[in-house]
Formats: sequence, structure tokens, C-alpha cells
Amino acid sequence: MIAPGALFWWALLAVTWALSTWSFQLYKALDARWIIRFPKGWQIDFEGWISAAMKWLLEDATFGLFTFQDLTRFVSSLIELPYDLARAALADGFITGLGSNAVQIAPPLGWVAVTALMMLLALYARGWGLAVLVGACFVYLAVFGQWDSAMVTLASVVIAVPIGVLGGLALGIACYRLAWVERSLRPVLDLMQTVPIFAYLVPILFLFGFGPVSALVATVIYAMPPMVRVATVALQSVPPEVVEAGHMAGCTRRQMMWKVLVPSAAPTLMVGVNQVIMLSLNMVIIASMIGAGGLGFDVLSALRRLDIGGGIEAGLAIVVIAIALDRVSQAFARRLPDAAPDRGAGPLQRHPYITAALAVVVATYLLGLALPALQDFPDRLTLTTSAFWEEAMRWINVTFFDTLDAIKSAFLTYLLLPVKRFFTGIPWAWGILATGLAAARIGGWRLGLMAAVMAGLIACVGLWDKAMTTVYLCGVSVLIAYAIGVPLGIWAGQRAGAHAWVGAFIDTLQTLPSFVYLIPVVMLFRVGDFSAMIAVVLYALAPAVRYAAHGVRSVDPQMIEAGLVAGCTPRQLLWRIKLPLAAPSLLLGLNQTIMLAISMLVITALVGTRDLGQEVYIALTKANVGQGIVAGLAVAFIAIVADRVISAMAAKSRERLGLT
Amino acid sequence: MPRTRKLLCRNVWKIYGPQAAAFLARTPDPDDAALREAGLIGAVRAADVDIREGEIFVIMGLSGSGKSTLVRCLSRLVEPTGGEIQFDGEDLLAMTEAQLTQLRRRKIGMVFQNFALLPHLTVLQNVAFPLDVQGVDRRTREARAHEMIEIVGLKGREAYFPRQLSGGQQQRVGIARSLVGEPEIWFLDEPFSALDPLIRREMQDEFMRLQGLLKKTIVFITHDFDEAIRLADRIAVMKDGRIVQTATPEELVLNPATDYVAEFTKHIPRGKVLTLRAVMAPLGRGPYAGDLDAAVRVADAADRIEAANLPFRVIEDGAPIGSIGAAAVVDVLIGRPRVPAAE
Repeated sequence: MIAPGALFWWALLAVTWALSTWSFQLYKALDARWIIRFPKGWQIDFEGWISAAMKWLLEDATFGLFTFQDLTRFVSSLIELPYDLARAALADGFITGLGSNAVQIAPPLGWVAVTALMMLLALYARGWGLAVLVGACFVYLAVFGQWDSAMVTLASVVIAVPIGVLGGLALGIACYRLAWVERSLRPVLDLMQTVPIFAYLVPILFLFGFGPVSALVATVIYAMPPMVRVATVALQSVPPEVVEAGHMAGCTRRQMMWKVLVPSAAPTLMVGVNQVIMLSLNMVIIASMIGAGGLGFDVLSALRRLDIGGGIEAGLAIVVIAIALDRVSQAFARRLPDAAPDRGAGPLQRHPYITAALAVVVATYLLGLALPALQDFPDRLTLTTSAFWEEAMRWINVTFFDTLDAIKSAFLTYLLLPVKRFFTGIPWAWGILATGLAAARIGGWRLGLMAAVMAGLIACVGLWDKAMTTVYLCGVSVLIAYAIGVPLGIWAGQRAGAHAWVGAFIDTLQTLPSFVYLIPVVMLFRVGDFSAMIAVVLYALAPAVRYAAHGVRSVDPQMIEAGLVAGCTPRQLLWRIKLPLAAPSLLLGLNQTIMLAISMLVITALVGTRDLGQEVYIALTKANVGQGIVAGLAVAFIAIVADRVISAMAAKSRERLGLT
Repeated sequence: MPRTRKLLCRNVWKIYGPQAAAFLARTPDPDDAALREAGLIGAVRAADVDIREGEIFVIMGLSGSGKSTLVRCLSRLVEPTGGEIQFDGEDLLAMTEAQLTQLRRRKIGMVFQNFALLPHLTVLQNVAFPLDVQGVDRRTREARAHEMIEIVGLKGREAYFPRQLSGGQQQRVGIARSLVGEPEIWFLDEPFSALDPLIRREMQDEFMRLQGLLKKTIVFITHDFDEAIRLADRIAVMKDGRIVQTATPEELVLNPATDYVAEFTKHIPRGKVLTLRAVMAPLGRGPYAGDLDAAVRVADAADRIEAANLPFRVIEDGAPIGSIGAAAVVDVLIGRPRVPAAE
């Protein structure tokens, strides 16, 4: 029998299914086209309004003393100066004069110098093991001919990270000190994390034009919100006693912040720094679309030319940089403070690493004059794997063409297309109602109302069909990622050995910039929904695995002992004790999986999906601000509704287990 | 001679909740029902405390009794909702933030339950921290910190970080830090509660040794009645935000003001608390085995009284004021209800 609680869901599903299947017949029978198409006359022209507002901002807005355009120019010059310096130091060298008169005053840091500096950093942060890994990563870049692009990418990261970290810390401090700042920033941060990346590339492109400055602005905007959050939480979680100890020692406000709060929160703050670094790298790669250059540009142009070998090479270079940056910044987060230096020692002994770094720079510069190979890695020693990859891919595609094709069409026929038909068939009016009803059932009428209003807004701007395509692709991908990820996580959660290497694998997956996932997928399956789905599944797998493992591992050991004493078999232990208790954690994992899936889905617009992501991407290529922002917000609405509904479920299940 | 008053607090209230100050202004002495009705929580209620120079004043109460909030009101880590606090006759609550900072730098030291050491600083830097924020130069503050570290018995561990020390050692660092500024008044908020029982005992002895050396005015918070009895000159017992009774340990044991206090004193080894004066019988005709001072605790005199066949004379200020025999000592030691002989 169906339980009365489940009856609601079955009924909702049945009605939705019926309407979805027969909506076309319904429209024909009643001759009411509005059933399947949102009437044009009712559409609200947000796009036009936003575009007009942006135009006004850029052309006519003035603050009396200066115009808005002066402001954007001022901001870009402010960013351009350090960026040019970083780029000169890492990639181009210091140049005076313009065009053909350009004379190089000083070369950039040579490959030996940069590699040695990074190794020193790793040595300082952890030890020789990490230094060797980082060294190997950078030598790889030199040997495989990716050096110049990699340095352009690194220059962007080097500029974006301090701005993101300091800005994030400053806002975090403001949130910590003033409750109203936190209150007003929180919804903004929430929105920032759900608006797809491409969506804010559009207005930035409009304001700052095509080029590295736009890319940097976008990168900072993208990478800063997590730092604000982490900084706020880190400061708030300094034990109150430590703060009181600071008061009793007689700290002034400033001493309190810089001598007590920030140093005590430092390990957590470094976690935020790590996030800023990885997000910056991710964004710098994506921002190659608006002129960042570097490795992202190489990948993008290789993808466009279907240059398989080149794409994989540049992709691997991104992977290598990501791993090096991630491991070094994580090592900083876990680093324990040094013993106080001897007071008697001179400045050189007191700062051995800075001394060594200076020595490296001077020595490689001088040696580079005599031995150019130390400055620029000699071309004739450069290896290329491009042909190898090309060959390997051809071989796979030739040998396994039938298999790959069969897999692809099986998925399309039996999973993707039916689900797509179901979602895109739902008449918009019922869709809004059903979303509201489902949300209300889970999280109360307020949530239901919010969900219905958001769904309604999506319909109002004429994006209903595209939004449903997004929901379908996202839904299928999340389902598959979850179906793979949760068992993997449960397995890893129950065995310490498996946990170590699954953890390492998942960590690595998550450090890779999202762009990289597109490369192998496109090579194997060409463009289309199936390729997009695989890329999304790979990208969104990590949280499903991690939260499942965490949930299973953090079950109270006494509960397990109680189960064992009661005579549970291992299977009963898993199903009756561990999984029910891990439910809140599994739901949080689902939430994160959906969020990552949505953010990746937008990027897969590059491989030819027809959803909201494509809408944003088209807006980007046409620099249509209104279209980009409206479609971006539509994606954000989907993400917000999913997030709130699943959070409500998680809260309910926590409450039921008495874990609050 | 009565010692001078160091810290005085009159009718201090700390109420948590919306518009607590306005509420207290409207209703000067709210009872449980009034607070509940207004949706407020009275953490400290109508507290009166006098702390005299050089004494160890213990505030005892179970968790949630408001003792930690009260000590934070006294140091103004928590802003009281109402009442009056005077430090050396100066109005503490009228002080500006700058004045308060100066007062804390010069006159107050505090030790915390969970040590509250700064994780990024060494033992030496932690101890020197209060001097560092005062702007004392490095040589002076480190010399001073070295001194304190030696006093608390951590010499040789100056370069350690807090995480490399045991709980007891960490609290020694906390004690050294609180004393490095030579405070006049020393707050200790459950300083030994996070430690193992054996270490706790050792730290209590250490604390008494230090106090013998330094003679500070001390406000000591604890939830452990044994600890309170052991260390206190006077004890204030708190319950539900109110001070139930303020008295010497002996008075508490002899005349508990409420059943709540009596519940604590019931299980106390009375011989270690009561003096001969409290348990002696009226002076008889003798003969006596010898003289004992009235301020001696029963447990300390028990061996001598037991060994002698005759009772002892109890002397105060050179004059005999009563007598004590083996039977009375046994009564006290085994906790038999006292025959009202002394009355």
C-alpha cells in the first residue's frame, strides 16, 4: 500500500507525467497555444531594460566630477600596472619603447629561476618531498614547451590572488565587526556563488573591453566570495576565551584584530587562500574567452581547431600547474609556526629563504647572460607529445568507434531523450505550480512561494524551454554522478586504505579547472548532450564521494558497537545504522553535487548544449549584457531553488535524528 | 584590622534578551515570572560582592549559575545591564574604552578555563604578550617574561608552542601571562577545571604557593566545592544568577543559609574546615593535657587530642575560652550530628 505521505508525491508525478505526455494534444484539442508556449505578449523585457541601463551607465552616467567611464578606466589602470609588471617579470621581460623600437632592458625570470623559486616556496611550506614534486611540475612545463603560456597564466594568478585574498579578508573583517554588513552581504554572496561564470563575463566585457584587465576583474569577482565567507567564519570561530584574554591583556581594537584574531584564525584563513588560488586559476583559464591569453587560450583554440594533441598538451599543463599550486597552498595552511629565530643572528641568517630567493634570482640572471639555456629552455630539447596524443586518440576512435557509439546512443535513447521529453513537455503553467507545491511540501509555504515565483520569473522572460533543458541535463548528470559517487564514498568510508587513495583521486579531480574536463570528452564523443553530461558527471562527482565517505565515517562509534552487539551483519550495519545516520551528510553531498553540476553545465555550452548555458554563451559572443544577465539569473534561480529545497530536507533529517 | 576594600559591586544585573536595559529600568527587581514573561534570561541577578585587599574570594556555583558571567561583569568583559561596580573607589562602569584598556593593562590579570593561549606564539611570546601590546620594548618584556616562566616552573620551555605542552603546563603559561603585568587583582575563571584530578591538586598547591609569594587580591571561580573550601578565605555560593550566601568556609559548613548550600556542605570532610573554636565545649575544671590555639583546624589537632587521655584547653589571644576532648573530635571526623555542647 502507498503511505499517505508518499501519496502526494505519486500524485504530483502522475499529473506532471500526464500533462507532459499529452500537452501537445491538449493544445490541439483546446486550440490554446498558451499551454505549451509562454505568450509573447506577457513576456517582460528585462533584457532590454538591463541593456539600456548598461548603455546609459557607460555613455551618460556621471558622478559630477567624473563619469562612470572614467571610473572603469581608473580601475583598469589600477589593475593594469601590477599585471604588466608581473607579466614582464614572468613572461615578456621588461621592455622600453613601442613596436619595432622596443628594446628589452631586462629579460623575464628564466625557467630555472621560476622553478627554483617555486621549489623554495614548497621547501619553506613543507619540505623536500613537496619541493621535488613542484620542481617536477615546472620542469614539465619547460620541457614540453608550455612555458610561455603557463607563465602568462601564472602572471594573472599572481595578480588576482592577492587582490582576492586582501579584499576578501577586508570584507570578512567588516562582516565580523558589523552585523549589518554581514546581513547585507550574505544574499549577495549566495547569489554570486550560483550565478554562472559566463554571466558576469558579459557585463565585465561590456565595461572593461576585451583583454587581460577584464579577465582579471572577472577572476577577482569570481574568487573573492569564498574568501569573504571563510574569513568571517574563521574570525567568528576564534574561541571567545582567546578574545577575552586579548581584552584582559589590554589590547586596543587594532591590536585585537592583528595580534590576536587574525593570527589565531590563520590556519583557517589559509584554507580560504587555497580556495582563492584554485578558483583564480579556474577563472583565468575560462577568462581566456575575454582575452586573458595563456594556457586557457591554447586549450580554447585547440578545441576550436579540433587539434587533439595540442588541446591535451595544454590541458595537461593546466593540470600540472593546478596540482603544484594546490599542494603548495595547502601545505601553507597546515604549516606550523617556526621556532623564534635567534636574536643574535644577522638579517641573512634570520631570513634564510628570502636570502636564498634573492641569490637564485641574481645567480640565474648572471648565468643566463653566459648560458642562454638557463634563461630560455632550448627549443631543440623541447619534447612534444602532440603527435602521440593525436595518434592515441585516432587509434581509440578507430578501434573502439562502434563501442563508443553504442554507449552513446544507448544513453541517448534510453535515458537522455526520454528524460528530456518529459521535462521539456511539462506545460509552463503546471511546471510553476508543481515546483511551488513540491517546495512547499518539503520546506513550508514560504519556500513554496519563493520557488513558484522564481519559476514564474523564468517563464516570464521566455526562457522556460531552455530552463527545462538545463534541469533535465543537470538532473540526469546529478543522478549518474550520485549513483557512482555515493557507493564509492561509502566503500571508501568503510576502509581506511581505500579512503586514502580515493581521497587523493577526488582531491585531484576537484583541483582541475572545469575547462579541462571538456577536452577528453570532446575528443571521444564529439559535441552534444552526451559529452556535456559526461563532463558534468566527472566534475560533480567529488562532493558525492566526499560527503558519503564523511557521513559514513562520522557515525558515532558507539552506535556501531551497539549494532554489533545486537548481532548485525556487515550489510545490516550499513543499511540499518550507518546509512540512516549518514542521511544529512548524504543530502548535503547531493546539494553540492547539484551546485557543481549547474556551474559546469554552463561551461559545457562550449560543446553545444541547447540550454540556458548556451543562452549565456551566445550573449557573451554578442556582448549582449541584458541577455547574459537574464539568462545567468535564470540559472541562479534554478540553483537557489534546488539549494533551498535540499537544505530544508537535510535540516529535517538532522532534526529527526536529533543531531542539531 | 579590616582590610581595605578593593572591588565593590552593588545590585549588579546581567540580563540577556531584547531591550534588557529598558526592562530593568522599568522593573528594578524582576522575579522569575517577570523575566520569563518578557522573554529574558537573568544571568546575574542583584549581585552584591565586596572583595578585600589580599583575600582569596571564591565564587562557587554549578554550570549555568552565572558565576562566569559575574566575573566577566567585574572585569567588564561583559557589560552589566544594571548596578554599580567600583574598583579602588573608581566607577568601573563609567570608564571609557581607553581608560578600561589602561586599567586592564596595569591592574588586572585573568586566567581562563581553557587556557586561551595564542597558538601562533611561543611560551615566551605568550607570557610577554600583555607587555607587547603595552609597547614595552622587547628586551625588557622578555626579561620579565623569563622571570615569570621561572616562577611557574616552566624554565627551559620558553621556545615551545602551546600545542607541545600538557594541559597543566599550558595553564602555567596562562598563569604566568596573567601575572606578567603585576596586576593588583587577579581573576581566575575555573582555572583548573579542564585538568585531570591529580594535576588539579598539584596546581592548587602551586596556586597557594604563588599566592604565599605574591599576596594578590584574588577572585577565583569554580564549580568544585572541595576546591572552594580548600583555597578560599571567603566563598560566595551562586544559584540561578543570585548569590545565595557569602561566608567563610567554616561559616558555610556550620550555618548554611539554605538547603541548597547545606547540600554541598553535607559531604565535606568537616575536620578540615572546622576550627577548634567552632566545636569546643565550655571551659571545665580540668585537668588538661595542654593548650591548643582556637584557630587550629580539627583535623590538624586530632592526633594530639587522640593520643592524650585528658581534654585540651582551647586558647585565643592567650586566654582560655573552652575545652576539647577526643569524643568531640571523633564526632566531627565521622560527621555525627553535633551535640549542641558549644551553645
